[in-house]
Amino acid sequence: MVDFVLNGEAVSTDVEPDTPLLWVIRDTLGLTGTKFGCGVAACGACTVHVDGFATRTCVLPVEAVAGSEITTIEGIADDATRHRVQQAWIDEQVPQCGYCQSGMIMAVTALLNENPSPTDADIDDAITNICRCGTYSRIRSAIHRAARA
Amino acid sequence: MARKKDKTEGKPKSRARRRFLIGGTVAAGGLFVGWQLLGGDGPADPVALMKPGADEAALNAWVKIAADGTVTVAVPRSEMGQGIHTALPMILAEELDADFGKIRVINAEIDKVYVNDIMVPEGFPFGPHDDGFMARQGREMGRWLSRLIGVQATGGSTSVRAGWQPMREAGAMAREMLKQAAASQLGVSPASLKTEAGEVVDPVSGRRIGYGVLAAAAAGIKLNAIPALRDPSEFRIIGQPQQRLDIPAKVDGTAIFGIDVRLPDMLFAAVKHPPVVGATVKQFDPAQVQRMPGVVKTIAVPGGVAVIADSTWRAKKAVEALDVTYDAGETPDFSSEGLFQTYEAALAESGFGYQDDGDAEATLETAGSNVIELTYRAPFLAHATMEPINCTARLDGNKLELWAPTQGPMVSQWIAAGEADLDTENVTVNVTYLGGGFGRRAEPDFIRQAVACAMAVPGRGVQVVWSREEDMRQDTYRPATLAHFRISTDDAGQPTAWANKLVGPSVSGQATMRYISMATDSGPDRTSVDGAAWLPYAIPDMRVEHILSRVPVRVGFWRSVGHSQNAFYSEAVIDELAHAAGKDPYVYRMGLLADNPRYANVLQTAARMADWETGAPEGRARGIALHESFGAIVAQVVEVSLQGGQPRVHKVWCAIDAGIVINPDTIVAQMESGIVYGLSAALFGEITFENGEPQQSNFPDYEVITLANMPVIETRIIASTEAPGGAGEPGTPPIAPAVTSALFALTGQRIRELPVSRHDWSGFGT
Repeated sequence: MVDFVLNGEAVSTDVEPDTPLLWVIRDTLGLTGTKFGCGVAACGACTVHVDGFATRTCVLPVEAVAGSEITTIEGIADDATRHRVQQAWIDEQVPQCGYCQSGMIMAVTALLNENPSPTDADIDDAITNICRCGTYSRIRSAIHRAARA
Repeated sequence: MARKKDKTEGKPKSRARRRFLIGGTVAAGGLFVGWQLLGGDGPADPVALMKPGADEAALNAWVKIAADGTVTVAVPRSEMGQGIHTALPMILAEELDADFGKIRVINAEIDKVYVNDIMVPEGFPFGPHDDGFMARQGREMGRWLSRLIGVQATGGSTSVRAGWQPMREAGAMAREMLKQAAASQLGVSPASLKTEAGEVVDPVSGRRIGYGVLAAAAAGIKLNAIPALRDPSEFRIIGQPQQRLDIPAKVDGTAIFGIDVRLPDMLFAAVKHPPVVGATVKQFDPAQVQRMPGVVKTIAVPGGVAVIADSTWRAKKAVEALDVTYDAGETPDFSSEGLFQTYEAALAESGFGYQDDGDAEATLETAGSNVIELTYRAPFLAHATMEPINCTARLDGNKLELWAPTQGPMVSQWIAAGEADLDTENVTVNVTYLGGGFGRRAEPDFIRQAVACAMAVPGRGVQVVWSREEDMRQDTYRPATLAHFRISTDDAGQPTAWANKLVGPSVSGQATMRYISMATDSGPDRTSVDGAAWLPYAIPDMRVEHILSRVPVRVGFWRSVGHSQNAFYSEAVIDELAHAAGKDPYVYRMGLLADNPRYANVLQTAARMADWETGAPEGRARGIALHESFGAIVAQVVEVSLQGGQPRVHKVWCAIDAGIVINPDTIVAQMESGIVYGLSAALFGEITFENGEPQQSNFPDYEVITLANMPVIETRIIASTEAPGGAGEPGTPPIAPAVTSALFALTGQRIRELPVSRHDWSGFGT
């Protein structure tokens, strides 16, 4: 059994301890906003917050997060309002296919928590997620917009 | 949410529809859809197709309106990022005079009324601007065939081009029905009424009635003619930037992609394919993994072996543990280098001539030393959609239901029915959001596997998910091809004859063989020469032919298809000619475009945006390219440098003439998207084969652009009253030649083989 906190609620899972957190979130706990992209922590589609830090979960064994606080895309907004990063994503019309954007938004919210007004160079260093639709220009604009909000 | 359907509701009888269609096609020509919706002996049944709820009324097969005024539009094209779930509703809403804030979107059913009748004819061997008798007849036959089959597919940047007329007609008809309903209520003539953003207005009395109030009465009205469509000068929705309807669900994790479909008590399957091209599964022992946690069943599926388990991870672990032996196919030694040698040898043959203007051979023979001979190569490319290949299926008795991220619901339905030996009427295809398509999701391979898994565990939903490695190694690749040019020039360096031989497989042929078993790949396939033939430049004698050279690898439609490599060849060669003539590549092109002002205007716009004449700052250089594809003309200027010995693209200026534009912000987004997709390929993209195996399998060895090496892109849309063109693909073709030409300007090194990363830049400083 591995226990952790998911979006503010205590959860307990009974799976093989080497199961990546991604699949526990998606298949066992039923939250599908966090995506599978590459399985080798290269693309960032599976990014969630583990104790506040942006973490790629497709290679992270669930046993490694015992006792941690996990936040997924479903958990970053207050009940009624969008997170400012989500709103910036809408204002800049960022998503195309949208598949990578949960991971992007999770990476960006973690960045802004740590660095409230990142420079372009800070963004380049921190946001290494892959988007095959090429929404990067709008992602950059949306990060700056969210930083100002 | 993935749409669920009431399986007890029958579809219209297909026999009646087919009889009608043949008659309707002959009778109605270009106004086919409107004619069908008007009535006759077999109209598409709005109620069966739109399934209106208790407070909704379906006005035709495209639109239903709820009592509260909510307008629901059925979109028969897959949303894969290109914004079609917003653009097509905008077209309908324009003619309906709807309040766009009240528009909702659903995926359309599979029905012939939703036919895409321009995709098939675009494969026919006629130039896009050929208006001759044969071309017109050929295209009309292609459209007729499309309607007969009911081609329902998303690709080839056709959605707006094919949807423009039917969406307008459907909106205009619904508006007229609402006006007539209002006229009855008010006791005035319909002609005296106007509409305004979701309301019918009586200008005399000032009374206003909302569409929601009128919808039920309007649904019972039959029209005798298709109402007049708006003049473009009256457009108030088309051409104005609209926020995309699908975006809110894509920022909070609620958008349902194929991989997100969840059914009660469902299972998950992982698949293992033969690693070597052409090999087939020989033997495996299900007992080997049967005791692994969660494993339910291990079966052969089309193309490989699947383990069905109670979670994605357990299925993956088990399929990885499973020992499978293979029968080697006929090409265990297949390699990219060997393939290019085969292509080189094939140049001795004659191919199918798609363009033969003047007498290129005769001119070349008498040109003496003024002949340039060049050979270019492009590699296999993977699609690498962010969402790995997947599909969910469930078989209940003789009813099969699919939840598929597919560009081809109709083909998926055929294929699934064939695999399960069911009538298509018993197969429901629910199209989800697609996490990228780019042509890959037009394929039916994953559909077959999902059906096979569903048949193995009747009554339970099964979701097949490929690993990224399977996704990349079992792709239907953009084919590697070779281009050979012999070009003669006059004393001023202007081309006088252009003979271009292209060598490679037929993408359309191979793909069609996967859709329909009786098809062949030996017929002409225009996509093979798209971007190589019918160039806008004034070249007196021009011959473009394609030599079919089959490959054992699966090849398929990859964003912009033939244009993706042929634009690189053609535009890079134009740059070589300009250099040989001692001319600026922009000025040289403008000279060849004197008779083609629409193209010249696009090129000039991009050049002015970039301030081309001033040029690049110290240490940087620029390249330029122009290309027409899918009904749109795009010019791009790029600025490059070398940083740390590696090429770096700093800026792209992009001008596009796509005719009438529906959602301008989507055009801009699609230019950005097409450029990044093409730039990843131009700089890094290649799938290479050695000993029958692809050598790349995941993002670490199939590099793509990220934020850190993303150029700044500036796009300008040229105002136009021409018919709408495509947007999803035309941004991709020009970027590769613009980049290689810029690198030549910077270093003097010509890139005649992509990707750029194959070449050594260490000698050129930083």
